[in-house]
Amino acid sequence: MVPLSWYIMLSAVVFSIGVLGFLMRRNLIMVFLSIELMLNSINISLAAFSHYLQSITGQIMVFLVITVAAAEAAIGLAILMAFYKNNPTIKADEINLLKG
Amino acid sequence: MKYALIPLLPLIAFMINILFGRRYIKDKAHWVSVPAVIGSFILAVSAFMDVKAGNVINIDIYNWIASGSFKVAIGFLIDPLTAVMLIVVTSISSLIFIYSIGYMHGDGGYYRFYAYLSLFVFSMLILVMANNFLLLYFGWEAVGLCSYFLIGFWFHKKSAADAGKKAFIVNRFGDFGFGLGVILIFLTFGSLEYTHVFGHASVIAGKTINFFGYDVGTITLICLLLFCGAVGKSAQLPLHVWLPDAMEGPTPVSALIHAATMVTAGVFMVARCNPLFDLSPVAMNTVAVVGGVTAIFAATIALVQNDIKRVIAYSTISQLGYMFLALGVGAYSAGIFHLYTHAYFKALLFLASGSVIHALHHAGHHDEQNMQKMGGLKKHMPTTYIVFILATLSITGIPLFSGFFSKDEILYRAFLGGGLGKFLWFLAALAALMTAFYSWRLIYLTFHGKFRGSDEHEHHIHESPKVITIPLWLLAFGAVFAGYVGIPPIFYEHGDRIGEFLAPVLGHPLGHGTHAEEIFVIAVSILVALAGWFIAYTMYLKKTELPQKLEARFQPLHKLLFNKYYIDELYSKTLVQPMLRASDKIFLGFFDGRIIEGVVNGVPSFIASFSRGLRRIQTGVFSSYALVMAIGALCIIAAMVFWK
Repeated sequence: MVPLSWYIMLSAVVFSIGVLGFLMRRNLIMVFLSIELMLNSINISLAAFSHYLQSITGQIMVFLVITVAAAEAAIGLAILMAFYKNNPTIKADEINLLKG
Repeated sequence: MKYALIPLLPLIAFMINILFGRRYIKDKAHWVSVPAVIGSFILAVSAFMDVKAGNVINIDIYNWIASGSFKVAIGFLIDPLTAVMLIVVTSISSLIFIYSIGYMHGDGGYYRFYAYLSLFVFSMLILVMANNFLLLYFGWEAVGLCSYFLIGFWFHKKSAADAGKKAFIVNRFGDFGFGLGVILIFLTFGSLEYTHVFGHASVIAGKTINFFGYDVGTITLICLLLFCGAVGKSAQLPLHVWLPDAMEGPTPVSALIHAATMVTAGVFMVARCNPLFDLSPVAMNTVAVVGGVTAIFAATIALVQNDIKRVIAYSTISQLGYMFLALGVGAYSAGIFHLYTHAYFKALLFLASGSVIHALHHAGHHDEQNMQKMGGLKKHMPTTYIVFILATLSITGIPLFSGFFSKDEILYRAFLGGGLGKFLWFLAALAALMTAFYSWRLIYLTFHGKFRGSDEHEHHIHESPKVITIPLWLLAFGAVFAGYVGIPPIFYEHGDRIGEFLAPVLGHPLGHGTHAEEIFVIAVSILVALAGWFIAYTMYLKKTELPQKLEARFQPLHKLLFNKYYIDELYSKTLVQPMLRASDKIFLGFFDGRIIEGVVNGVPSFIASFSRGLRRIQTGVFSSYALVMAIGALCIIAAMVFWK
C-alpha cells in the first residue's frame, strides 16, 4: 500500500514542474501543457484524498477539473490559432500587445 | 399704484424691442418705444398734478431684500423734487425719441437703439423715483451701463467703442465712492430708507468716524463719498473726461445724456440728500468749489474747440458746474431750477446740432462735425437756425429767456454766500461771459458767413424733415418759456413758483440780500452775456481775421486750451499707462503666466510623469504577470503558514 504522503509529494512535484514550465517556457504550446500538468497534479491529490477519506466527492471534483481543463484547452488553442493568423508567432515574449 | 407704470412702460418697451426687434420689429421699433415713453410722460404729468395738490406718495411695492435687519424694498417716493425730475426726464425723452425716428432712420441697429434708449429712460426713472439708497444705486449703475451701450452704439468704430469704455470706467471711479457712501449710510443709520435716514440725520451730527487714523465727521464723510459719485456721473472736475468723448454716440444719445437721463443724476442725488449735506459745511464748500471751478474750467476749453458737439459738451460740463455751485451754497431749488431749464435748451442745442450734422452728412460732407468746415447754413436750414438762436439766447442768459432766470438765481445765491461765495460768483460770472462767447461763436461759425466746404456739398444741404423739426420747435418752446415758473421776486412777487413748490423738500435758501445787491448781480450777468455776444460778433462776423491773429499771438495758451489742458494725456501718463504696464508685467506676466498657468499646467504634468512610471509595470508579456501572481500566491501561503 502506497502511503498518502507519497501521492501528495508526487502531486507537489508535478505542480511545481507545471508552475516552472508556465513561467519559464516561451513556447505557447508548452505553456498550455504546463497548465495541464498543474491541473493534473491537483487531480492526483484529489483522487488520493478521496481514496484516503473513503469519500466519492473528491473523484467527482476530478471529473469536473478534467472537463474544465478540456474546455480551457479547446478555447485556449482556438484563441492561439486565431491570433496566429494575424501575428505568426507562438513565442510568449513576442506577444506583448498590451504593453503599457 | 399706477405710477409704478412710469418706469415700467419703458422697461416693457425695452423687453419687446430687445427680444423681438431683430427678427420681427426691425425698423418699426419706434412704434413700441415712443408710445411707451409718451405714456410715461402722461403719467408723470398726472403724478405732478397729484403732488401739486399736496400728496406725497411713498410706497413700497415689493420686498426686494430681507436679511436680518437689512431690509430693502422696491419702493417709490414721489415728492415735489421727484415730480419735477419726472417731468424733465419724460418730456425731454419723448421729444428725443420722436426726433430719433428721423435721425436714426435706416441705421442697421435701429431696434437696438430704441431698446437701449428705453432702458436708459427706465434706469433714470428708477433713479429719480427710488425711495431708498439701494434702489437709487441700482438706477445709478443702470444709467451708467446704458450710457456705455449707447455711446458705443456704433461699436464697429474704434473711437466709439473706446469712448463707451471710457465713460464706463471713469464713472466707476466715482461710483466706487458712491457705493462706499451707501454702505456707510447703512452702517450709520441701520437703514437705507430716505425717510429714516433723513429723519435721523441730525441725531448723528457731530459724531466722528476714524478714517485712516483721522477723526472725520461721519456726515462729512458720507456726503463726500456720495459726492464722489456725483462728480463721476455729472462729469465734474476731475472726472469730466468721459463726457466730451461721449460725443461719439449718435446725437440723440448725446442730447439724452446731457439733458435728461445721465448727467443730471448727480445734481439730483445731491439735492435729494440735502438733509445730509446741510449738516456738513465742509462737504457743502467742496461741492460749491468743485462746481464753480468746473464751470469756468470747462468754459475755457469750449472757447477754442472746433467740433460742434464738443463745444456743446463742454458747455454742459460748465452748466453742471453752475448747478453744483448752487447746491453748494445751499440754494438747492436754484440748482434744480437750472437743471430743469438747462435740460430744455441743452437738448435743443444738441438736437439742432444733430440736425446740422444730419444735413451735412446727407450732403456727402465728410467732416460733418467740424465747424471750421461749415458756415452760411442759415439760408439752407432756417428752422434749425432759428431754434439754435433761441437756445443760445437762453443758455447765455439774455433776459426773458429761461436760462436767464435760473442762472441769475444761482449767481445771486452765490453772491450772498460770504467770501468764498463772492469768489465763486466771480468765477461763475466769468464763465457766463465765456459761455456767451463760445455759444455765439458756434452760431456764427455754423450759420453765418460763407460755406467753407465744396459748392457741390452746399448744393445738397437741405432742411431736416418734419419728424426732426417738430421736436425742435417743441423744445424751443420749452427753452424760451420754461424759466417763467421761477421769476425772481424782485420782478414779480410770488414769481418763484418752482422754488416754493420745491421748498417742502429742499427748503428755502438762507440769507436775503438787499435789492441793490440783487440788481447789481442781475446787471452784471446781463452785461457779461451781452459782452460775450459782442466779442463773438466782432471776432467771427466783423473781423474774421482776428481769431487767427489772436491764435498766433497766444499760441501756447491756445494750444493748452485746444488740447483740453492735456488732462487726458495726464491721466494716460499717470494712471492708464502705469496700470497697463503693471497689468502686463505683474498680472499677465507674473500672476497669470507663472502662478495660474503654473498650477494649471503643473498638476497634469505631474500626473503624466507619475503615470509614465506606472506604465512600466504593464509589460504585456503574460509570463511576467504570472511570475508576479506566483510570487503573490507564495507570499500569501507563507503568511498563512508562518503567521501563527
